[in-house]
Amino acid sequence: MPDLTPILDAEKPVSEDIILTAENITKVFPGTVALDDVSFNVRKGKVNVLIGENGAGKSTLMKILAGVQPPTSGKILLDGREIHPQSPLEATRLGIGIIYQELNLCANLSVVDNIFLARETTRNGLIVHKFQKQRARELVSKLEQKIDPDELLGDLRLGQQQIVEIAKALAQDVRILIMDEPTSALSAAEVEVLFRIIRELKSRGVAVIYISHKLEELSQIGDYVTILRDGRKVAEDEVKTVNVPWMIEKMVGRNPAALFTRKERQLGDVLLKAENLTLPRSGGGYLLDHISFELREGEVLGFYGLMGAGRSDLVECLTGARPQATGSIWLDGKPVTATTISGRIQSGFVLVPEDRQRDSLVPTLSVMDNMLLASLKKYLRGIFINPAKEKSATDSQIKDLSIRVANSQQPITALSGGNQQKVVVAKGLLTQPKVLLLDEPTRGIDVGAKSEISEIINRLAAQKYGVIFVSSELKEILAMSDRILVMSKGTITGEFTHQEATEEKLVAASAIGHGPSNGGNHRGSGN
Amino acid sequence: MDQETSMKSAQVKKRRSITKTDVQQFLLRGRAFIALILVTIVFSLLAPQFMTAGNLVIMSKHVAINALLAIGMTFVILTAGIDLSVGSIVGMVAMIAGGMINEGIILPQLGIIIYPHTWMIILLSLILGTLAGALTGYVITRFNVAPFIATLGMYYVARGIAGLRNDGYTFPNLIGRPEYGNTGFEILGAGNFLGVNYSIWLMGIFTLVTYIVTTRLPFGRHVYAIGGNERAAELSGVRVSRTKIIVYSISGFCSALVGLIIASQLVAAHPLIGDAFELNAIAAVVLGGTSLAGGRGGMGGTIIGAFTIGVMNDGMVMLGVSSFWQKVIKGSVIVLAVIIDQVQARMQERIALQKQQEMK
Repeated sequence: MPDLTPILDAEKPVSEDIILTAENITKVFPGTVALDDVSFNVRKGKVNVLIGENGAGKSTLMKILAGVQPPTSGKILLDGREIHPQSPLEATRLGIGIIYQELNLCANLSVVDNIFLARETTRNGLIVHKFQKQRARELVSKLEQKIDPDELLGDLRLGQQQIVEIAKALAQDVRILIMDEPTSALSAAEVEVLFRIIRELKSRGVAVIYISHKLEELSQIGDYVTILRDGRKVAEDEVKTVNVPWMIEKMVGRNPAALFTRKERQLGDVLLKAENLTLPRSGGGYLLDHISFELREGEVLGFYGLMGAGRSDLVECLTGARPQATGSIWLDGKPVTATTISGRIQSGFVLVPEDRQRDSLVPTLSVMDNMLLASLKKYLRGIFINPAKEKSATDSQIKDLSIRVANSQQPITALSGGNQQKVVVAKGLLTQPKVLLLDEPTRGIDVGAKSEISEIINRLAAQKYGVIFVSSELKEILAMSDRILVMSKGTITGEFTHQEATEEKLVAASAIGHGPSNGGNHRGSGN
Repeated sequence: MDQETSMKSAQVKKRRSITKTDVQQFLLRGRAFIALILVTIVFSLLAPQFMTAGNLVIMSKHVAINALLAIGMTFVILTAGIDLSVGSIVGMVAMIAGGMINEGIILPQLGIIIYPHTWMIILLSLILGTLAGALTGYVITRFNVAPFIATLGMYYVARGIAGLRNDGYTFPNLIGRPEYGNTGFEILGAGNFLGVNYSIWLMGIFTLVTYIVTTRLPFGRHVYAIGGNERAAELSGVRVSRTKIIVYSISGFCSALVGLIIASQLVAAHPLIGDAFELNAIAAVVLGGTSLAGGRGGMGGTIIGAFTIGVMNDGMVMLGVSSFWQKVIKGSVIVLAVIIDQVQARMQERIALQKQQEMK
């Protein structure tokens, strides 16, 4: 049994090696209190883990430490001296670096230019390209990546962009490095490399602040853990004395027993049949190479694979977002002829995209307007939008999916990631689809919201929806799916029923077609 | 005890400052309208003849021209686009309409000249302007050309056509001839209903209709969504290309209408009619609080913006301010308005925070 008694601050011995302390930090935003009297200690040469559900205030606390936002009240002590970082630049000068959850990189610049952005090495006012390139190459190779420093950032895949973001932080000599979910876009091999780098930083006395939703990771890499819930600190302890259930318990404030539950269900007839789905790659070859599969009514079909395996391309083809795609699709036995997105939505496909900020949300609109965007035609009286119909549709979804909002007119940006994602799911459901395409629906959301999304998926499957569920998280996909298809390099390389599937089998199938791990390129960086 | 008193003082504070923040919020929300009232008061004090009914009618006629263009422009800017072609379309439509009245439609192959009825001329002109806008919209969506460039192209092309139509000369005396059945064109510009000029009526009707379109029709919601996040709108099933083409068509339609009104008011068509009108329209939209980044703003603000510019223009003319100073002042006011807009966003956040802490 894990120890469930709360650990009080007063019981903690004051450690000698505390480099940074945030004392009684409070931060108020319009509509919410993001942080309520939170104190946080950062220890030198340790990995200081910060966890909590989305909306618990982790990112806000980090933004305060990094000088992005000032706290409403409270103070920050660096080496016992009070500091007031007014800008990220000032925080950097104080030795505080940050790697953001949402990548802060310029897609139109090269890898080198990104790494040295705002810190260009100059001689006589001119950028010294040669030196910068050399340094960038060292940094990237230290991260065991084959990335050409001259390549445009926008041409890299998401995982590689994450590596560049990390290299950018390493390029600054930081004493405190904040990592806000650095592994959310990384493959298992890349995570290993990152952890090695973190250990090296530790040995050099750098204090790492590490935020993650992947609790299993933390026991590998963490030293101290601080847990936030609803803007308050609920626990602080050494990682080696705690375990995952205890952390979840603290984070959600309830028993985590059934996080992902899958109910046995009766599968119906074939709902969706896809044959020879093909999507050419712009540089030759295929993103999707003649893919065929079937989906039954009430089935949750998981798609597992590494980044770039073609899973997102597949769901985007089904939803009509890729006009170059060829192949045949049947829904309910009838061929799907619509080629546009709106046509596909009418036929019964709906996509919950992977990248919430880029593809799902309209930041200038309210919660309600976002939720109804895909199904506006349903709330008309004559040619006018009827506010009463809008309200009842919104309210019922808010209730069904237990979306936490003050009111439906709130700006969508005021919601936490998990609640934003539920609004996106609600937007999809309101189109009354037959097939739901969920692309990483739990990415970057907290444990509680993940569990709720999994319940929603169960409920939808029970209502005879067909669900296609793309995920990179093994535990989640194993727990949720009736059947799992594994993709690699645009083809299906494995198919497993719920009973057959194991983590090993999925990982093995996802590596088919990839040569031996390309962790090579071990040119000493001569740090 | 202690707690009680602190609670009491908190309550007192709450009551006092809520009224204060309410006033602040009122001032910020209604800032465009307040600015309009202030400008009006200032000019009526400085120029006694400013507030006379006759002057207000003249001013409203001027405003109507800019407001109609600004209404079309608002749709475009809400989608995060821009339309530089409106002034040129005004000129082109005026010249084409003038030509149809004075010279008819010449069909050389058949050796005949058709003189369309005035109503037909108006209809054809409106269709022409709408098609010009639709063409720009098509170029923007089909070939992924930046709106600035596509409309810059139309800016030159339409102005060029306006000049070509009569070799750079004016079509004078657009009164038609009774024997051709094309008289009465001048009524559009000069006619009144209930003592109010038609152009002012048109402005009122367009404001009302487009206000409803932007707030109550799915089309309007789609316009806002495209400006806020085009990709999310597309993936939600919004037909982005079609919506954008319609938006530029609306702007073209409004331009054509203005071209007709001006030609009718002048009873003549000159190839330089509408020169630089697009900038006045953009100024009105921006002054009314619509964001050039798209997705924020609306028709109400645009109309207030158009009136503010109108009051300033006519007021300064009446005061005899030199035309050079007029430009300096107008430019400063526009930039100032946008600065206030940015400050306002921050202020609103601060006020919301204040309120929240008072509630605690």
